[in-house]
Amino acid sequence: MAPDGNMTNGFKVVGTRPKRPDGVDKVTGRAKFGADANAPGMLHASIVRSPHAHAKILKIDTSKAESLKGVKAVVTRADFAEGLTGENWNILENVMAGDTALYDGHAVAAVAATTALAARDAAKLIEVRYELLPHVTDVDKAMAADAPVIRSGAADKSVPEGMHPNVVRYHESGHGDVDKGFAEADLVIEESFKTEATHQGYIEPHACLAQLGPDGKGEVWCCTQGHFNVQKVCAALVGTETSQLRVTPSEIGGGFGGKTVVFIEPVALALSRKANRPVKLVMSRSEVFRATGPTASTSMDIKIGMTREGKITAAQGVFRLQGGAFPGAPMEFTAMCAFAPYALENVHQIGYDVMSNRPKQAAYRAPGSPMAAFAVESVIDELCNKLDLDPIEVRLKNASKEGTKASYGPKFERIGLVETLEAARAHPHLTAPLAEGQGRGISCGFWFNHGGETAVSLALSEDGTVAISVGTPDIGGSRASMGQMAAEELGIPYENIRTTVADTATLGYNEISHGSRVTYASGLATIKAARDAVKKLCARAAAKWGIDEEAVVWEDGCAKPSGPNAGEFEPLPLAKIARSMGRTGGPIVGHYEATPEGAGVSFATHIVDAEVDKETGQTKVVRYTVVQDAGKAIHPTYVEGQFQGGAAQGIGWALNEEYIYGEDGRLQNSGFLDYRIPVASDLPMIDTVIVEVPNPGHPYGVRGVGETSICPPLAAIANAVSNAAGVRLTELPMSPPRILKALNDQAHG
Amino acid sequence: MEYHTPGSFEDAATIAAKAEGVTRFLAGGTDVLVQLRADMVTPDVLIDIKQIAGVKDIAREEGGWRIGAAVAGAEMTEHTELGKEWPGVVEAMDLIGSTQIQGRATLVGNLCNGSPAADSVPALMAAGASVSVVGASGTRKVPVEEIPAGPGKTNLAKGEVISAVHLPVRGDNAGDAYLRFIPRTEMDIAVVGCGVSLRLDGPTVAEARVSLGAVAPRVLLVEEAAKAIIGTTLDEAALDALAAAASAACNPIDDKRGTIEFRTHVAGVLAKRAAKIAYERAGGAK
Repeated sequence: MAPDGNMTNGFKVVGTRPKRPDGVDKVTGRAKFGADANAPGMLHASIVRSPHAHAKILKIDTSKAESLKGVKAVVTRADFAEGLTGENWNILENVMAGDTALYDGHAVAAVAATTALAARDAAKLIEVRYELLPHVTDVDKAMAADAPVIRSGAADKSVPEGMHPNVVRYHESGHGDVDKGFAEADLVIEESFKTEATHQGYIEPHACLAQLGPDGKGEVWCCTQGHFNVQKVCAALVGTETSQLRVTPSEIGGGFGGKTVVFIEPVALALSRKANRPVKLVMSRSEVFRATGPTASTSMDIKIGMTREGKITAAQGVFRLQGGAFPGAPMEFTAMCAFAPYALENVHQIGYDVMSNRPKQAAYRAPGSPMAAFAVESVIDELCNKLDLDPIEVRLKNASKEGTKASYGPKFERIGLVETLEAARAHPHLTAPLAEGQGRGISCGFWFNHGGETAVSLALSEDGTVAISVGTPDIGGSRASMGQMAAEELGIPYENIRTTVADTATLGYNEISHGSRVTYASGLATIKAARDAVKKLCARAAAKWGIDEEAVVWEDGCAKPSGPNAGEFEPLPLAKIARSMGRTGGPIVGHYEATPEGAGVSFATHIVDAEVDKETGQTKVVRYTVVQDAGKAIHPTYVEGQFQGGAAQGIGWALNEEYIYGEDGRLQNSGFLDYRIPVASDLPMIDTVIVEVPNPGHPYGVRGVGETSICPPLAAIANAVSNAAGVRLTELPMSPPRILKALNDQAHG
Repeated sequence: MEYHTPGSFEDAATIAAKAEGVTRFLAGGTDVLVQLRADMVTPDVLIDIKQIAGVKDIAREEGGWRIGAAVAGAEMTEHTELGKEWPGVVEAMDLIGSTQIQGRATLVGNLCNGSPAADSVPALMAAGASVSVVGASGTRKVPVEEIPAGPGKTNLAKGEVISAVHLPVRGDNAGDAYLRFIPRTEMDIAVVGCGVSLRLDGPTVAEARVSLGAVAPRVLLVEEAAKAIIGTTLDEAALDALAAAASAACNPIDDKRGTIEFRTHVAGVLAKRAAKIAYERAGGAK
């Protein structure tokens, strides 16, 4: 799809910064989140969770709980659908354990009662007898010969013979001859890296209100990134028909990928069906940490060869990702993203998806890519240091461009990596002097972005205002950007449009808000729906004027004759056509349904200055600049927010966030006190530069921006810290004890 | 759950003495209510001391200060005179939690929670503070260092309650400081804490007290560390001796917040840094 006329004509609304439509609701507390819904006769639910990392469930005795006053229903695995296969079976197994508890926090039973306290007390009365099994939580240990098997037969056909049964998927890709490439290098560096699992850390815990009647009709209100997916999964897990279940998404207090997954809704539905009452289920923060998706932890080996002039001659990587007690760690993304920024003749990557006794990993903002960038860009930084080369120039020399055969296979279309590097080179940050104890790091990052099934409807009201219904929950300002794109197309003010995230009964299937797809795909669909409405508006004008539809054009919010030959008629504004639409053919609604596949990939370059206290190992990020290709920024403030948000989460991941497991396989830090996301005072002002290299797959050139921003930070910060400390840090998080140890180890040689 | 609002500490002590089951005193509630909500501790008897007269007062007392058991951190921070005389104590209290927590949290609560990582406790010990303990047999004054017994435990007997903290006369040429190490910049719990209070005679340290938090089962008053700087001008050798003594006193654990190695090393680093601040505050030029 070629960029259309609007792009060169200049936008009127796109690229401006109108007020966010949800702002007033959110600052006044009127916005309704997952836990804000109530219903008459509603029960409160509580989930019983395994305290063990790995244990056979011998017996669940619910009799004491059931006899407690106020208790209306208790469910276990027996209350869910049987005979599921594939991913639905995995989801059910995670939502409610079968005969084995697979991780600390795994749900084994649930109870609904008339009050939250009664539910909590009843949960304590449910007696579960376990037989402890050996457990493993570390990725390398889970692959070792003596590791306990999490589930035999979980591996798919991709896994080579002889691997441990915990290795469940295998990926290999690349091109050229890496051995030949390494032989041509002046310097080859080989290094191993590890990263710990981190949680998405959204402020709003998972919450839902669910009702399911004996007739199989149900309603769910929940905070989710994808209510159509909730509908589909819940219908399968409780055994009802998809269309009989209507799911309405709440406002969402953060998701970052972690709310693409179904955890509690099927449990609330099963309890509701049993009690025949609505059931509210709200996770505690501890439950969020123990039982919802952190990202995968990794163990990686990288080898890169470079000439004295800075040309990369070959690169290879082995990426082992631990994704909890289920298949699905995004190791193929890690492998495919690792070397994507570079045009390489010889590249090879291997990925392993490894199961362990941890919660099922969930998507977290560009799943798999940030860890790859950490490992690869650390080695490139080390090569630049050793060869005394400029890190920006080396990246420019090797940068992928339009036509480059990507490390993961296809040829890149128009991309903007070079432009981000050039903008970084021109930024004053890059030449600002560093103080004593400070170091600078840079890194590039890459993410694919995604299209996906999308349906949008756009209805005119008789007063000329417009209601847009989208099926993608607004996790990054999409209601504003949809309104802007529709306003651009229709030629009416942004304020005359209201965008609503509609329930599952209103629109066709919409894929989850993930893959940075919403501004791209729902945006494209909104533009097309607006054009569909415009076509209908023009037809009404044509009928009124008695001329051909083709002889009517839409300009500045009005139908006009296309030229002198079409006849002389006063332009008809949208509001005027809308006012009479009941008499001229009925309601005017534009809509569009498709699976767009032109999501443009996106690159970023980050610059970080860090200061390390060599006596305590403490790191302070003192300056941070994000440069990223947005294709076209619809609402630049939101785009900048996405850039800053990715950097902020990256700072946490790089420095302090980690899942800490004890010897007993239990999570040690299931709260925000000891799971350290950055607080406001930990962050510098994060500077942003929006680069716009249009995506040929979108009418306005939009590329997704939500995920690429978290790809470079781990590496950029690690490079800054390593340069400040004078020692290479190869393990995340770079917590003070770890940095101090690295400094001591270096001092004592 | 029983909820009491006694009008005097004597009544509070009597209620506590007679109470059955889990008993908690409630002042700011920043530990008690959090533990209750988190389903960690559900008291059978809750004794709210905030109705007792004078419990929220900061008052002069024999040239020093009396700080009531329900005085919130924010009130200490906003008290100019107190801050001038005991900046280390005030800063230690101010480090705890958020602005909202500062509106509720108290020195006595921090002490009675029994955490080895409590921020205000090393500062109080270094300052030579004491507390009034009210019990069946009357009121006695006890040095702060005699209160902590171990993680989550104090040496208070059943039926005993602390009514106030007493800070001694500050006097001339004296200063105190408290520093803690946390991986972030705020909203965190000390991995190591160190309080130092000292008095100078000219450029020479005449008196000193050094206290360490989060490096042992309870907050430590480290006499060897104080000895390392008494009689010195806080020169490099004295600072090194101080750091060595502080590190030597550590008996920490490896846990999610830090390793033994890290805590032991950083205790020495913080002792040096806190001593330098206290020395400057006492008027010593550095």
